[in-house]
Amino acid sequence: MTDTLAFPLFPHRHLLGIKSLSPADIEMLLDRADAAVAVSRQPEKKLATLRGRTQINLFYEASTRTQSSFELAGKRMGADVMNMSVASSSTKKGETLLDTAATLNAMRPDILVIRHSAAGAAALLAQKVGCSVVNAGDGAHEHPTQALLDALTIRRAKGRLAGLTVAICGDILHSRVARSNIILLNALGARVRVVAPSTLLPAGVEQMGVEPFTTMEDGLKGADVVMMLRLQRERMAGSFVPSVREYFRFFGLDSQKLKAAKKDALVMHPGPMNRGVEIASEVADGPQSVIQEQVEMGVAVRMAVMEALLDPRRNAGGVA
Amino acid sequence: MSATVFANARIVDPSRGLDETGTVVVEGGVIRAAGAGALNQGAPEGARAVDCAGKAILPGLIDARVFVGEPGAEHRETIASASQAAAAGGVTSFIMMPDTAPVIDDVALVEFVLRTARETALVNVFPAAAITKGLAGSDLSEFGLLHEAGAVALTEGRRTVDSALVMRRALTYARDMGIVISHSTQDPGLASSGVMNEGLLASWLGLPGIPREAESIPLTRDLMLAGLTGGRYHAAEISTAMSAAAIRRAKNDGLSVTAGISINNLCLNENDIGEYRTFFRLSPPLRGEDDRLAMVEALKEGTIDIIVSSHDPQDVDTKRLPFAEAEAGAIGLETLLAAALRPYHSGDVPLLRLVEALSTAPARLFGLPGGTLKPGAPADLVLVDLDAPWLVREADIRSLSKNTAFEGARMQGRVLQTMVAGATVFSA
Repeated sequence: MTDTLAFPLFPHRHLLGIKSLSPADIEMLLDRADAAVAVSRQPEKKLATLRGRTQINLFYEASTRTQSSFELAGKRMGADVMNMSVASSSTKKGETLLDTAATLNAMRPDILVIRHSAAGAAALLAQKVGCSVVNAGDGAHEHPTQALLDALTIRRAKGRLAGLTVAICGDILHSRVARSNIILLNALGARVRVVAPSTLLPAGVEQMGVEPFTTMEDGLKGADVVMMLRLQRERMAGSFVPSVREYFRFFGLDSQKLKAAKKDALVMHPGPMNRGVEIASEVADGPQSVIQEQVEMGVAVRMAVMEALLDPRRNAGGVA
Repeated sequence: MSATVFANARIVDPSRGLDETGTVVVEGGVIRAAGAGALNQGAPEGARAVDCAGKAILPGLIDARVFVGEPGAEHRETIASASQAAAAGGVTSFIMMPDTAPVIDDVALVEFVLRTARETALVNVFPAAAITKGLAGSDLSEFGLLHEAGAVALTEGRRTVDSALVMRRALTYARDMGIVISHSTQDPGLASSGVMNEGLLASWLGLPGIPREAESIPLTRDLMLAGLTGGRYHAAEISTAMSAAAIRRAKNDGLSVTAGISINNLCLNENDIGEYRTFFRLSPPLRGEDDRLAMVEALKEGTIDIIVSSHDPQDVDTKRLPFAEAEAGAIGLETLLAAALRPYHSGDVPLLRLVEALSTAPARLFGLPGGTLKPGAPADLVLVDLDAPWLVREADIRSLSKNTAFEGARMQGRVLQTMVAGATVFSA
């Protein structure tokens, strides 16, 4: 981080998903992020790495947590950061994503961070702009920086990912976090399980590189990491699950269910948590929880991603 | 109009089971003779002779499922522009879907389409009328009056009639009026927010899937109602092995049932979607390769009667969007013949059967003129180089909308000339 040239050149112009990354790419981003953690823990947190660069955060879905993490990451790297909450502006007047993209592109940003409710939105944007694009979540497709921060959290706690058993629990069907994590964890040699009622598992899940379970007891048995997912309350209306209390009874993580996992298993959650829906407070705030560390790692990973994408060894426009 | 003699052509006429080298004589807008012995009585005086060695003459294609933007969305496609695309694709007649604004559910709209076609179209245009008023799924439109005015079929267009009771009444009443109900089936509840075939691919893309059962459940209901009522039922576009099995069973039971397939479901599969290519967002959705192969087989054996283009012009405003937000549909008139020749070139379906599905069968199903090269028939025909390779390029597309699912595709088989009632409406 103090010396960006110490790392190899990141071979991608955009970060649209984990799918396009090699294991070496992932390891390199995690190494860079390790260095960024150190920066964030200093009293003087500001670097000049991205001085003069412009970062635009384009959020079509409200997300205080992810947006502020990207904003802080950009600022710590010295970039000028602008936030556009599109949910409240031009889209209401009927402007399409690509028209907005063209407008922003004309302002010559160096990096566009996009969050959108439609799968593929980040890739579509990347075809139309001249700068680097970071996917901050596109529908139920991918959320690569979340998977990277989860991996960093695990690696720092356990020293490795290879050989670990990770149980991802909850609404896999609608979760971009689950998809990105499944790809990343497989790439780095972890064993991945998914635990959910079958109504919340995607079609063909057994061919996605995971072992599916429909009870927490079986799914958590001997797990090194328990990763909980947020359950949107709308899912009750869609008949995916009958009620909150039923869901919590069978799939909510409490200290009793956690006993099935290894004694030192990590408890993770991408946030924001629904306490009493997918996770009990006793676990969320308990000794095995690394949920706060995940937030810290989030800033570091985003610093690392932007630094890697805007490597000065590339052209100033960010084009390799 | 002077006579034309097409000599030395491969003549493919499924109406007579004919596939032989010979001559086609056209005079006065009709076919005078077609076949190996067409010149037995000699050529008409002053006839223009065209040597067609190495080329084929087919009856003009009849496309039973075409969406047009007129009235209401003329920036996507007018009747005139659709007819130009049709002519270039060897399509001499098409049936126009009623999903316009306003909906074709009234005699005045049928008359508007026929009048506009007469004044502006290069090919024959036959309107289909809505089964229910405003395509709202509840009150039947005036089947008898619409039929008299010139509607050749009743269809709900892109939509599926939700109520079994309404479908029962429609089939019963249409039977009395001697008109076909053509229906595209997708259960809206089961399909829900789905935008592509349900399966592993959709799961990785994070897109909501449409299970194959969403097509088969209302289709099976309709087939049972066809049995109950004795109504004449056409499944407008089936896409799965499951649906083909249901049609096969209904035919074996002696029901008055036929089926069509969109050229897209015959030639493409879900993998063509790649990374969210919206031109491949279609309805029915592109299925897996297993289903596609089952469709080729069902076409070959005749379970599927006809091939349609499902020509559905969509503009930038409805296609340059994230996949799940884009409209479904692709244009197809100009590429219909060349794409349909793929199973011929691959040796999967004989040429005679393909031409039957593209021309003779739709004419028979919907009671339209054409679909034959018999003497006395209107001279609606197409001259084709079956082997000529070409590349589909956006710049060459005549449709006002450019949303082709075959952009950049290599085709084999090129339309050289299209005739409607003896008049050349396209020539390469």
